[in-house]
Amino acid sequence: MRKLLEGSRAVAEAVRLCEPQVIAAYPITPQTHIIEHLAQFVADAELHAEFINAESEFGAISIVQGAVAAGSRAFTASASQGLLLMTEVLFNIAGMRLPVVMVCANRAVSAPINIFCDHQDSMSVRDAGWIQLYVETNQEAMDSIVQAYYIAEHCELPVMLCMDGFLLTHTFEPVELLDQDTVKSYLPTFTFNRMLSPDQPHTLGAGSEPENYLEYRYAQHQAMDKSATIVTAAGDKFAAAFGRSYGLLDCYFSQDVETVFVTLGSAMGVVRDVVDTLRAQGESVGAVRLRCFRPFPAEALLAKLEKSCRVIVLEKAFSCGASGIVATELRAALQLAGVSLLVHGYICGLGGRDLTCKVVENIYQQSLAGPIAQRHGFAGINVTSSEGGG
Amino acid sequence: MTHMHSAIYEIRFHGRGGQGVVSAAAVLALAVFENGYETQAFPKFGSERRGAPVEAYVRIAQRPIRTHTQIYTPDVVIIQDATLMHCASVFDGLKPGGNIILNSAGTIKTQLLNHEAYQCLTIAANDIAQKHLSRPLPNMVLLGAFAAISDYASINTLKTAIAGHLQSKGKKIVQSNVDAMMEGYETAINGIGT
Repeated sequence: MRKLLEGSRAVAEAVRLCEPQVIAAYPITPQTHIIEHLAQFVADAELHAEFINAESEFGAISIVQGAVAAGSRAFTASASQGLLLMTEVLFNIAGMRLPVVMVCANRAVSAPINIFCDHQDSMSVRDAGWIQLYVETNQEAMDSIVQAYYIAEHCELPVMLCMDGFLLTHTFEPVELLDQDTVKSYLPTFTFNRMLSPDQPHTLGAGSEPENYLEYRYAQHQAMDKSATIVTAAGDKFAAAFGRSYGLLDCYFSQDVETVFVTLGSAMGVVRDVVDTLRAQGESVGAVRLRCFRPFPAEALLAKLEKSCRVIVLEKAFSCGASGIVATELRAALQLAGVSLLVHGYICGLGGRDLTCKVVENIYQQSLAGPIAQRHGFAGINVTSSEGGG
Repeated sequence: MTHMHSAIYEIRFHGRGGQGVVSAAAVLALAVFENGYETQAFPKFGSERRGAPVEAYVRIAQRPIRTHTQIYTPDVVIIQDATLMHCASVFDGLKPGGNIILNSAGTIKTQLLNHEAYQCLTIAANDIAQKHLSRPLPNMVLLGAFAAISDYASINTLKTAIAGHLQSKGKKIVQSNVDAMMEGYETAINGIGT
């Protein structure tokens, strides 16, 4: 059945079908509606979970960590400084290889305080050891929740589902609902072999020494690398069960074209519109959406890009004092593979700045004119000097 | 540069926090979806407080809508609070031949409203809402008026949408909102006829 649902509602419906036993959260815009819907499901006995309104985000993520360590399926969601308050525990969860699933309702980070969408929050914790998926639509958000539990529990790694705050969380869009029985057969009951139990006492997250910390970290890195195949497998299996396919990348006319846009999240929608417009004018252009950012799918991405002449990266985050994050990682991957390809990096959509067709088209025209002077351009920036370049 | 996706019909709501602007967009989208169209509804939040200007948007199309940008060139603007007209921006980008639906009890005389490029419908939505809801919440009245000028939503699909959206508030609230919408529709139909 197809229904018009707010993104937050779509996510909450999917979480309900995955039957978590523990939900802990602390409200923060624009994550709030997700949690409100889940609280309502629990209050109405439509979801039999322990719902804990935590005293802070630090508390919420710690509760979820404990719940999963004790063998429960669990859920939390946050955004912006809420996510950053979780940071210490995010690393801890990943190091303990706990299959936690959470949603980041992507929002800018203070100061200046701003409630609107960009990716600076989740990108700031990219090194924490979580698998990160960025979704384009409410349908994908809903579908990816189910896949996130599958991936997490098969890899014993945590998954952060990143969905654009407001642009998805507060937007009503048609969504094909998931069927409970199909979700049940797709997602087996969670059994955690290392679960904490009085019957089998052991320690999770014990201390390590200089002699073995490196090896723990290496093992974790290897697990992350390998998880790419599970992300792909989860998408394939989902396609077989539900008829909608997902993978590491989402490609739009990207084969054998001169210019390829690379972006993440809901911005892909406007990029698709621009690609259509430009192709109708005879331009050789396509787009690739990075659905999976961690692990970074360098090989798959290179395979899509190596025949093109130029790549335009549109990203809603950057490393202050350095450069765009995706553009930097892509340049490194190209260099390692010995592929010489011009990467035009653009930072756009920060703090909810609207990324319109016109902005994207201007960036395209600029890229044809040659490389921008800086390592990156700030798309649509309003400054008196020409420093921004975008 | 021409765009291939111009076949999207766009509606922009202007109101103030507490006037149900966001709900109006959601209910309209639900009605339009019920009518078999692809649609999208979303708010533009500022600081969420009563009285602050709020915008909400609805897109309608025959094919899936991919963009998540704001609406800059609407086909319709629905103004829930006439005092917002002091900010000329409520008409920004309104397409030639576009519709204005304005909540006002008086005769508003502005150059913009007399502009021959636009079709303006004025309706005393606060008074109608007060009668049915015991408070001046104009959103459903204005949706009724929209159904009078457009085929995208009908009174039947609006009824279904109101019932769905306000289900948790109980039957009485649903009915009073439906009544407010119906009177908005009838008032607009009569107004257009004269």
